Amino acid sequence: MNIISDTGKYFLLMRKVFVKPDRTRMFFRQFPKELEKLGLASLPIVIIISVFIGAIMTMQTQLNTSNPWLPDYITGLVTRDTLLLEFSSTIMCLILAGKVGSNVASEIGTMRITEQIDAMEIMGVNSANYLILPKVTAFMVMMPFLVIFSIAIGLVGGYLVGVFTNIITTGNYLIGIQYAFVPYYVLYSIIKSVCFAFIITSVAAYYGYNARGGALDVGKASTNAVVNSSIIILFFNIVITNLMLTK
Amino acid sequence: MIEVKNVNKTFDDGYQVLKNISTVFETGKTNMIIGQSGSGKSVLVKSIIGLHKIDSGRIEYDGRNLAEMRMSDIRLLRREVGMLFQGSALFDSLTVLENVMYPLEMFSDKTPAEMQDRARFCLQHVNLEEKSFGLMPSEISGGMQKRVAIARAIALQPKYLFCDEPNSGLDPKTSLVIDHLIHEITQKFDITTIINSHDMNSVMEIGDNIIFIEKGVKSWQGSKEDIFHVDSQSLNDLVFASELFKQVRRANQ
Repeated sequence: MNIISDTGKYFLLMRKVFVKPDRTRMFFRQFPKELEKLGLASLPIVIIISVFIGAIMTMQTQLNTSNPWLPDYITGLVTRDTLLLEFSSTIMCLILAGKVGSNVASEIGTMRITEQIDAMEIMGVNSANYLILPKVTAFMVMMPFLVIFSIAIGLVGGYLVGVFTNIITTGNYLIGIQYAFVPYYVLYSIIKSVCFAFIITSVAAYYGYNARGGALDVGKASTNAVVNSSIIILFFNIVITNLMLTK
Repeated sequence: MIEVKNVNKTFDDGYQVLKNISTVFETGKTNMIIGQSGSGKSVLVKSIIGLHKIDSGRIEYDGRNLAEMRMSDIRLLRREVGMLFQGSALFDSLTVLENVMYPLEMFSDKTPAEMQDRARFCLQHVNLEEKSFGLMPSEISGGMQKRVAIARAIALQPKYLFCDEPNSGLDPKTSLVIDHLIHEITQKFDITTIINSHDMNSVMEIGDNIIFIEKGVKSWQGSKEDIFHVDSQSLNDLVFASELFKQVRRANQ
């Protein structure tokens, strides 16, 4: 029953969020701040994880596909498609659900328990719109850039394996990452990530906005936000993949 | 003037927290709602503001019935309301000046320069120095936070001011300063002020109209002068439990 009740409350909250802001000027003041806080601030973790995952994926693929029947460039191809189809758009979003989701839920949750949201409501401000809309839109705008950046850095990680080890040659790797490239996969990856960006911020905002009690409850809201947004992401990953990739 | 008529409120678990409360909060006066913890005074204030939906009765802001208003009208009404929260509720991410400018930026048509001037005027009115205007709320004391919250509450020149435990967490001297500030603002700007408090020192300092709530029922209403002649054990307990009266008693002994 909680799922039904929470889903209903979530959509009611979204109805308050997606309306014209009381002051457009205030929205555009918040928007770049959120771009920086949720998007640019996530770059270091995206870079670190992508470079290492790209490298390890190349090593694992090469070590497990050493077969005379398979062409030498297969490692680059597998690395590229894995990064493009799944890692950068889904796994990276799951990681960002932890970082961004907990940030959003705890920020809004703290504002709730310290009566800052009540203060806004009493002033006559649509607090849901003022607080949540800039976060959701900013992260949806930033996510495609983060995903493309992650793919690029992941490919660089794989290339570095060729440079610093003798597991694979850089020549074979470069051929592999260019071989049989399907540009549609980039579109698929971007669309998926934009949907996930919406899920991460809106679900986290829902849990933060409905936090009650004290610091402990903000922690719980933050945990619930991360866990539930991760589950929803995995579910929609199947739905979107089924819609966009199956014929 | 805010008029409350036969207000009843029951929680989801069936507990009736407000029982047929009727009273009038007059303009230009500090109306104080007092009562022991759990008596229902906070629920009454939240019901008056519209944060709680009442079961029955009427709450009228100068003749405008809150229950008959749509959400958009309630939002408009709230622009006439200032609120001082127990914990100040200043926005963490904004400076002192930005906090006071916030309601102006949301709802006034003033230019940025005019908004700054108004915010500065409000902050100076609550005796805050210019050097604190650029500080964050976490960098100032509790008393200063309360003053900033008062400045923010009066920035839009409200007709109604609500204060929830304004002295909570403050030392007696600062409490006195805050009390007098609220009283002065109420009279100077002719505001209907409602203060929810169990601080009897405040009540005796600035209470023009006192409403005593006991177990969800309004059991007494009157002035601070009348409070000594009330035939109510609960109210007497509350009055004589206060530190001020203890000191008076000790001095007399």
